[in-house]
Amino acid sequence: MRALEPWVEAPLQTFLAESSARLTLLMTSSGQVVAQHGFSRSLDVMTAAALGAGIGASTEELARLMGSSRFEALVHHGARQSCLLAGFGTPRGRWIGLVVFGPETSVGIVQLFFDQMVQQLASAARRDEPAAVRLPENFEHELDASLKALFGR
Amino acid sequence: MTAAQAVLDRVTRVPGVRGALIASAEDGLVVAEQLMDGVDGRAAAALAGSLVGRLARTADGAGRRAPAFVQLRAERGSILVAPCPKDLVLIAVVAADANVGLARLEMLDAASRLH
Repeated sequence: MRALEPWVEAPLQTFLAESSARLTLLMTSSGQVVAQHGFSRSLDVMTAAALGAGIGASTEELARLMGSSRFEALVHHGARQSCLLAGFGTPRGRWIGLVVFGPETSVGIVQLFFDQMVQQLASAARRDEPAAVRLPENFEHELDASLKALFGR
Repeated sequence: MTAAQAVLDRVTRVPGVRGALIASAEDGLVVAEQLMDGVDGRAAAALAGSLVGRLARTADGAGRRAPAFVQLRAERGSILVAPCPKDLVLIAVVAADANVGLARLEMLDAASRLH
């Protein structure tokens, strides 16, 4: 498990231990990766983050068209593994969690401990310093730095 | 009244039962519930579903049949779980002074009626 900011580590670690998730990706709603667990290649993380953010934006727009508030979670059930994509509010803005899990756990367990992690992240973020302002001109440099931090190279 | 509601109604009539719910065993999601305030049905469904699944796998590994009834006793009460047909589980959250024997009988009978 690797996180860009230290205060994310404890809640994410607890979630991973309790949920038995195989892969987890926490990102901002624009697709900027905050933490990852289980991915071995930076390309996979970038692709998953881009797709996750895209699905999040699409479902949010669908919800708006249907006149409802935003969807909380989207679950894809697969034969060998399933996927949970859930948006949530944090003091640092709206984030998205992408969780891949297998038959060794259940969607109920994953959702239960995901919600617990969201609460823990909210309280951990409040104790921490406010996030630095991210400028578009720094995006490429920050992306490169983030991937180095997330993969340790 | 649906079959699920009738089952929950029967179980929650037992003295000391604080709530009952039917959940999907594989997913750990609530199908129907009748709970008193303060009982988190979503957590009970997720954890009980997971517990029953793990116990079934353990029993299978030991060459035994899956459990027909599970009682998880804690300091302030118990969680009772009865596996049902169609991959469902009937769960009851009971207080420490509840009539567990009666709850067990009602649950096993009710579970067999859930088709």
